[in-house]
Amino acid sequence: MSETVIKCESVYKIFGENAKKMLEEANGNVDAKTFQDKGCIVGVNNASFEVAKGEMLVVMGLSGSGKSTLLRCISRLTDATGGKIYIEGQDLLELNNKELIDLRRNKMGMVFQSFALLPHKTVVENIAFPLQIKGTSTNDSISRAMEMVKLVGLDGRENYFPRELSGGQQQRVGIARSLAVEPDIWFLDEPFSALDPLIRKEMQDEFLRLQEKLQKTIMFITHDFDEALKLADRIAIMKDGIIEQLDTPANIVLNPATEYVRKFTEEVPREKVLVIEDVMDASNKDNLGDLKVSKDDIIENVAEKILTQEKIVGVVDSDNKVVGSIKPSKIIDTVFGGRKNGS
Amino acid sequence: MEYLKKYPKLFQWLFLLAVFFALCFAIDVPETYKFIRGQAEFVKDPNQSVYFFLGKEVRYYAFDVFWRLPPLLGWLPIWINDGLFFLMNEWMPMEFWNEDTQEFKTRPLLLQISRNLTSFMTFLIELIREILLGGLETIVAFTSWDFIDAYPWLELPGLPWTIVAAGAAILSYKLSGKGLALFAGLTMIYISLFGQWKPSMQTLSFILVAAPLSFIFGLGLGIAAYKSKRVEKALYPILLVMQTMPQYAVLVPALVLFGVGDHAAVIITMVVAVPPMILLTILGLRAIPPEVIEAGRMSGCTNWQLMLKVLIPTARRDILIGVNQVIMVCFSMAVISAFIGAKGLGFNLLLALNQLNIGLALEAGLCISLIAILLDKMSLAWANQQQDYFGNLSFYQRNKNILFFGGSIVVGIILAYIGTFIFKDTFNYLFEVPHNKGISTADFWNKGVDWIFDTFFVYIKAFNTWLIVDVLQPMRALYLRMPAVATLVLAVGAGYLIGGIRSALVVAALTLFIALSPWWDRALVTLYMATFGVVISCLIGFTVGTICFQNKKSAAFMLGVCDIFQTFPSFVYLIPVMMLFGITDTSVLIAVIVYATIPATRYTIEGLRSVPVGLHEAATMSGVNKFQRLTKIEFPLAFPHMMLGINQTIVFALFMVIIGAFIGTEDLGQYILKALSDKNGAGIGLTLGICVAFIGLIFDNLIRTWVEKRKKHLGIA
Ligand SMILES: Nc1ncnc2c1ncn2[C@@H]1O[C@H](COP(=O)(O)OP(=O)(O)OP(=O)(O)O)[C@@H](O)[C@H]1O
Ligand SMILES: [Mg+2]
Repeated sequence: MSETVIKCESVYKIFGENAKKMLEEANGNVDAKTFQDKGCIVGVNNASFEVAKGEMLVVMGLSGSGKSTLLRCISRLTDATGGKIYIEGQDLLELNNKELIDLRRNKMGMVFQSFALLPHKTVVENIAFPLQIKGTSTNDSISRAMEMVKLVGLDGRENYFPRELSGGQQQRVGIARSLAVEPDIWFLDEPFSALDPLIRKEMQDEFLRLQEKLQKTIMFITHDFDEALKLADRIAIMKDGIIEQLDTPANIVLNPATEYVRKFTEEVPREKVLVIEDVMDASNKDNLGDLKVSKDDIIENVAEKILTQEKIVGVVDSDNKVVGSIKPSKIIDTVFGGRKNGS
Repeated sequence: MEYLKKYPKLFQWLFLLAVFFALCFAIDVPETYKFIRGQAEFVKDPNQSVYFFLGKEVRYYAFDVFWRLPPLLGWLPIWINDGLFFLMNEWMPMEFWNEDTQEFKTRPLLLQISRNLTSFMTFLIELIREILLGGLETIVAFTSWDFIDAYPWLELPGLPWTIVAAGAAILSYKLSGKGLALFAGLTMIYISLFGQWKPSMQTLSFILVAAPLSFIFGLGLGIAAYKSKRVEKALYPILLVMQTMPQYAVLVPALVLFGVGDHAAVIITMVVAVPPMILLTILGLRAIPPEVIEAGRMSGCTNWQLMLKVLIPTARRDILIGVNQVIMVCFSMAVISAFIGAKGLGFNLLLALNQLNIGLALEAGLCISLIAILLDKMSLAWANQQQDYFGNLSFYQRNKNILFFGGSIVVGIILAYIGTFIFKDTFNYLFEVPHNKGISTADFWNKGVDWIFDTFFVYIKAFNTWLIVDVLQPMRALYLRMPAVATLVLAVGAGYLIGGIRSALVVAALTLFIALSPWWDRALVTLYMATFGVVISCLIGFTVGTICFQNKKSAAFMLGVCDIFQTFPSFVYLIPVMMLFGITDTSVLIAVIVYATIPATRYTIEGLRSVPVGLHEAATMSGVNKFQRLTKIEFPLAFPHMMLGINQTIVFALFMVIIGAFIGTEDLGQYILKALSDKNGAGIGLTLGICVAFIGLIFDNLIRTWVEKRKKHLGIA
C-alpha cells in the first residue's frame, strides 16, 4: 500500500448554533432526526476513511447527502465540528492561517459545483488567478493560463467574461483554473455535470490520461454511476451525512453493505463493473478451451468473446499464468441474473 | 357578512378610517388655536405655559391634549446645544503641544481633535485647489510665512485652463474613449469661456477631496460591518436615520463642531455621503455567492487578497452604485454647504438665486451639473476598465496618453506665455478666464424670464392662484385640522394592520417623537407638501414608466435620462421653476414633483423589467392581450418593487420640500434654515432634522414591511 495522503477520523460537520455542544453531548451517537428537531442540520456524520497517493475516490449519494460538505471539511473551507483530518500526515485543523494558505497555494485544487468563477475577470484572468495570487509574474501566469485554455478547448474565448459563456464552458474554465497550479490533491465537485455527453466523454478521457501521467490524489463527486465506474479506484456512497459504504466498484455492486447501497446500485449494469476475477471459478483450472482472458478484464469488454465459446474459458493473470476459469453460462447469469434478484 | 369574510383586511382598514374620521369630528379645534408663523414661538407671551425639565425652561401654547400634545421634548434642542457646547469647550481638557507658540497649551480634547481634523482637511483642499488655481498656502503649510516672504517666486502658479481641459479629455479618452473625451473637453471649454473657471475649480477641489474620502470611509465601514455583526448592529440605526435625514439639517451641528469653511463642508459631506456607501457595500458583499469566496480561499488568498481581489470586485455592481451616490451627494452638498461658507459654484448659485438673477444661476447650475455628469461617467468607466494582455504594444502606444499629456502641458504653457503678449492690458485669457469676465448668456436668460413673465403673466398668475387658493390651502387646512390623537391612531393602526404589533410600536414611537416635539404643526405642513408632491410624482412616474417600458429602447433611454437627472444637485431644480413661477409654494411643489418623479419612473421600469421573461411568454401563449398582460400579470408582480420606488419618492420629496424653504415655505425646513443663522441653532437644527428623518422612516417602515410580506406572498422574495 502506498502512502496515505488524506485521512479522516470520525469527522462530523453539523450546522447550527450549538453544534459543538450538542455533538459532545451526543457522545458519538449522532442521529440526524433528533438534531434536526433541535434546529441543527447534520452535514457529515462520522466519516472515517483514507485516500492513498494517486488514488481516485469517487463520492456518490443523493442530493443533500453531504458530499460537498465533506469536501469542504477536507479542504477546510468549513471547520469540521468534530474529528480529525490529516493531509500527508499533517493535522489539518492544527494548521495556522499561513500554513493553510501555503497548502492551498501549492497542494490543493478544487472545482466547484456551481463553477464559482470571478465575474469581473475574463476566462484567461480567471484561470491565471491562483497563479497570480501565488505571486507568479503576469507574463508567466498568463502564458500558463493560455495552455490551460487550450487544454479545455476554449481557445478563441480567452477574453470572454463568464457571463458570456454557456454553463458547460464556464465549468471548463473552473476545471482549468484548478489545474493551473498543478495541485497534488484535487477536489472535484461534479466537475462534468454541465457538459454535453460528447464533451463530457472527451473530458473524462482527458482526465484519465492526465491522471495516468500525473498520479494526483483525487476526490471526485458525481451523480453519474457510469462516470464513477469509469474513473473510480474506490467509491464512497453517502446518505444523510453517513458514509454507508466505501469500497471498490465491484464490491459495492456485489456485496452492498446496507439495504440503501443495494437499492442505490440496483440499476447499475454489472457487466460494466465487474472484472472476470470477480466471477471466475478459481478452483477449476482444467479442461480449458483455446481462448484465454485476463482476470482484470471488465466483463462487458470480453463478454461477446466468451459467449461465442463452447468450452470453458481460461483466466490468466498478468504473468499469463492460469488462475481460474469461467463458463459462458456464468456470464449470462451475471449480466441478467443480478437484475432479476433486484426486482 | 360574506364580504367581511372574504376581505377581512379591507374591513379592518375601513374601520380604522372610520375611527380616524370620527376622532377628527369629535375633537373640536380649540378657539385659541392658530398656526404660529415666524418667530412667535420664541417670544415670551403671557398666554404661554411653562415647564421645567432638567433645568431647562420650555414655553409653549397649551391645548387640549387630544388636539395637540404638549411639547414634552421641548428641552431636547436646548439640551443638545448645551451638550455640544460642553463637549467642545469643557470636556476632557488636556495638554497639547502648539507648533506656533512652541509651548504646551490646555485645550478640551474634542476641540483639539476638531482643530486637527480641520487643518488636515484644509490642507488637502488647498493642495488640490492650488494645483488647479495657484496659491501659496500649501508651500506655507510645509514652511512658514517668513519663508514665502523670502522666496516669493515659490508660489504655485496654477495650471492654465488649457492644460486642465486637455488633461480631462486625455484621461477620459484613456478611461472610456472618444465620446467621453469629447464631452470632457467641451465641458471644460464651456466652463472656461463662460468665466466660471475659478469657482468651478474650487468646487472641483472640494469634490476631489470629499468624494474619495467618503468612498474610502464608506467602503471601509461597509466591510467592517460585513465582517462583524456587532459593528453592523451599531451602525444600522445611524444609517437608517441618515438615509432620510435632510442634508440641510446636519449643517448646523457641523457649524458648531468645525466652524465655517470648506473643511467643514467636506466633513459634513462625508457625514451625508458615507451612509449610502456603507449600505450599498454591505448589500453588494452579502450578495456574493459563497462558492466564489470559497474559490478565492482555495486559490490561497490571504485575507487581504480575498478582500481586494475577490470580494470587492465581485460586489462591484453595488459598490459602483454607491460611488454614483457619493458623487451625487457630494455635488448636492457642494451647493448646500455654501451656507456654511464653502467656496465655489454653489456659493455663486445661491447668491444668484438670492438676487433672483436666474440667468447667472442657470449658468452656475449648468456648470455643476456638467462636472457632476463628467465625474460620474469617468468613475464608472474607471471601474469598468479592462486590461489587454495580448496586445504587443510599442513604447509609443503604451505611453501615448502620458506623452500627449506632457505635450499638452508644454503647449499650454507656451500658449499662456504667448497670451501675456496678446492680452497685455486685459486678462490673459489663455491662462485663466476670470470670473464673470467670460461670455455670459445670463442677460439672455433673464430677458427670457422677463418675457415669459410678461407674456404669460396672466396665465401663470391664474394657474398659481387657482392652485394655491383652491387646492393647496384647503389641503393644508385639512392636514392642520387633524387632531394629534387622530393622527396617532391612524399611524399606529396602519402600522398594526401592515406589520403587526412590532410595526405598530415602531411607528408609534416615531410619530410620538414628532408629536412631542415643539414642531408638530410644521411637520404637518411638511407632510402636506410631501404628500401632494408624492401623489403627483407617482402618477406621472408610473404612467411614464409604463409607457416607456413597452419598448426596450425607450426604457433604456428613460433610465439614462433618470441617471442624468439624478446627478443634478437638488438645488439646480429650483432654478427653472423660479424662472416660471417666482417665489411661491407652487415653485417648490413643482420642483418637488420633478425631483421625486425620477425614482418613481425608474423603479416602475425596473420593477416591470424584473418580471420574469418566461411569464411574458407563457401569458402571450395563453392568448392574453397586451393590456390584460399589463394589469393581470406585470403590475401585480412588479408592484412590490414599485412600492420601493414610492419609498424613494417620499425621501426625495421630503428633501426637496426642506430645500424649498430657501424659497420660503412654512414647514420644518424654514426653521432649519433659520437655525443656520442662530448662534444656538445646533440643537434645533438637529432635532428638526430628526423629525424630518422620522417622517421618512414612518413611511419607510410601513412600505418595507408591506413589500416583504407581499413578496413572500407572491413567492419572489
Ligand atoms: N452553510 C450551510 N448551512 C446550513 N446547512 C447547510 C450548509 N451547507 C450545507 N448544508 C446542509 O448540509 C446538507 C448537505 O449539503 P451538501 O451541499 O453537502 O449536499 P450535496 O451532497 O453536495 O448535495 P448536491 O448533490 O445537491 O450537491 C444539506 O442538508 C444542506 O442543507
Ligand atoms: Mg454538492
